[in-house]
Amino acid sequence: MKIIVPVKRVVDANIKIRVKPDGSGVELANVKMAMNPFDEIAVEEALRLKEAGKATEIIVVSIGSATCAETIRTALAMGADRGILVKAEGRIEPLAVAKLLKAIVAKEEPGLVILGKQAIDDDSNQTGQMLAALLDWPQGTFASRVAVDGEHVEVTREVDGGLQTVRLALPAVVTTDLRLNEPRYASLPNIMKAKKKPLDETTSEALGVDATPRLEVVATREPSGRQAGIKVASAAELVAKLKTAGVL
Amino acid sequence: MATLLIADHDGAKLGDATAKALTAAALVGHPVDILVAGENVHAIAEAAARLDGVAKVLVADGATLANLLAEPLAELVVGLADRYAVIAAPASSAMKNALPRVAAKLDVMQISEVTAVVAPDTFERPIYAGNAIETVRSREPKLVMTIRGAAFTATASGDASAPIEAITAPGASAASQFLGADLTTSTRPELGSARIIVSGGRALGSAEKFDAVLAPLADKLGAAVGASRAAVDSGYAPNDLQVGQTGKVVAPELYIALGISGAIQHLAGMKDSKIIVAVNKDPDAPIFQIADYGLEEDLFTAVPAMLEALK
Ligand SMILES: Cc1cc2nc3c(=O)[nH]c(=O)nc-3n(C[C@H](O)[C@H](O)[C@H](O)COP(=O)(O)OP(=O)(O)OC[C@H]3O[C@@H](n4cnc5c(N)ncnc54)[C@H](O)[C@@H]3O)c2cc1C
Ligand SMILES: Nc1ncnc2c1ncn2[C@@H]1O[C@H](COP(=O)(O)O)[C@@H](O)[C@H]1O
Repeated sequence: MKIIVPVKRVVDANIKIRVKPDGSGVELANVKMAMNPFDEIAVEEALRLKEAGKATEIIVVSIGSATCAETIRTALAMGADRGILVKAEGRIEPLAVAKLLKAIVAKEEPGLVILGKQAIDDDSNQTGQMLAALLDWPQGTFASRVAVDGEHVEVTREVDGGLQTVRLALPAVVTTDLRLNEPRYASLPNIMKAKKKPLDETTSEALGVDATPRLEVVATREPSGRQAGIKVASAAELVAKLKTAGVL
Repeated sequence: MATLLIADHDGAKLGDATAKALTAAALVGHPVDILVAGENVHAIAEAAARLDGVAKVLVADGATLANLLAEPLAELVVGLADRYAVIAAPASSAMKNALPRVAAKLDVMQISEVTAVVAPDTFERPIYAGNAIETVRSREPKLVMTIRGAAFTATASGDASAPIEAITAPGASAASQFLGADLTTSTRPELGSARIIVSGGRALGSAEKFDAVLAPLADKLGAAVGASRAAVDSGYAPNDLQVGQTGKVVAPELYIALGISGAIQHLAGMKDSKIIVAVNKDPDAPIFQIADYGLEEDLFTAVPAMLEALK
């Protein structure tokens, strides 16, 4: 069974972004980029399935500018087998990403697609569910445990009230939550090896997908800020202040 | 045309999230119908029908909908979509799971986590963990959106009841099957609707200490309990208590952060709280930059002292 893992290149989770003064978007020039953290978890899970003999090949896909090749190389250095870069400029919305992934799934015929539950830049939390819909596959989102047995996958999901477990017939779509695993670091020899692994390039035109955005971003602004308040000297003073403020 | 709002519920009662989402849905301007899907959900449907301003309640009652799995729920909603210009739902885990499936089937781009209705086709939503707010306008033939409860006040309920209409539940999906659930049981208020939240971080050190320190304070204040990702990852608290960018987003009257540093991902889930209190022994902890009241002290002495002062 092949596994496809879509990986998105995003601003590093440790960076606090700034909104451009003219409100035209978020400042991305000279900002440190990294693989979306949920996608690292997805790559790790695919690697573990391969190591357990449940998968044969792991293909990572990234959609975006040429620099996304770096993100693919990171996944290859972790241990994925090959990469596909879908070159696209500008804003690519989850629906377009899902359509592009569907076209790749049609060619590669994987048994599983494992995505992150959410990209930490657009915070959409849509792509995996949309891909499952377009393929008419079952979905196991927000996974904290994934177990493949034969023709099925059992997915334990993090939900509002706790945990829920579903059993899906393969092929299926899974999206990762934070507690699924701890991604490995790529070792130096593996980083060197990754440079020789195959990385194909394609485009939305070649895949026959219209990736034009459906939503227009009218403006981007800073959130209304919060001022630091005061320091109190003791727990007793804190309680007194909260009583005065009327919340206790 | 009209708006279809999908109700979120836990199988027993209609959550606050639906009443909050209704407030946003009503701002779009069309009459709002509410869909209640589930098994044995008539009491929930009746509660939905009493929400102010609801035009009609549709009830789909059947075993296939019992756990609100995405596959049958999306099938049901797609079947109703012709009649509606807007399909909305609270941004709960069940709806975040199902609604993008609906959107893709309708070939529509979803707007996630709406925090403000600017115009009937224009909305605000946070991106980058709430460090930027985007205004997006949809040119889609239909609007599909999830609504962030923390950004809206709940619509009130009254004695008047909207008509309730039963509709057919979809058949079972062979491809997806519910195996079981492990739900946290608690007598405390829910995070999403609590007036006060007491939240603990990595500093609590163990599940035992997390409970020993937070429970008496939460009980005294009638508060819900929350946690940082570090506390959940370390097993001090269950996953459904995580507050933040990728957990629950809350905006209570009072949020008390105990031993939480204030990473941007955590702030994303609580910075719209009315009053924020931080107890942290590091004077440089970023949480102090947004706290209304900061107490620089070891939480293991500060919390008992707070309880003493509350007597
Ligand atoms: C993709 C991604 C998603 C994430 N999503 C979330 C999310 O949804 N929610 C979330 O919370 N985090 C999230 N995080 C994690 C986030 O970046 C932080 O790592 C996390 O919030 C830190 O938790 P903490 O504040 O409990 O721990 P720490 O950062 O370790 O802070 C512990 C604090 O306790 C203080 N302390 C220690 N001992 C005491 C004591 N005895 N008394 C008083 N104070 C004490 C310390 O001074 C310190 O400030 C996410 C991260 C990533 C990469
Ligand atoms: N441009 C992209 N390239 C590759 N994968 C993507 C891209 N955008 C989204 N994804 C995948 O979809 C997941 C969810 O993204 P989103 O729906 O945007 O929150 C991510 O964690 C990735 O696995």
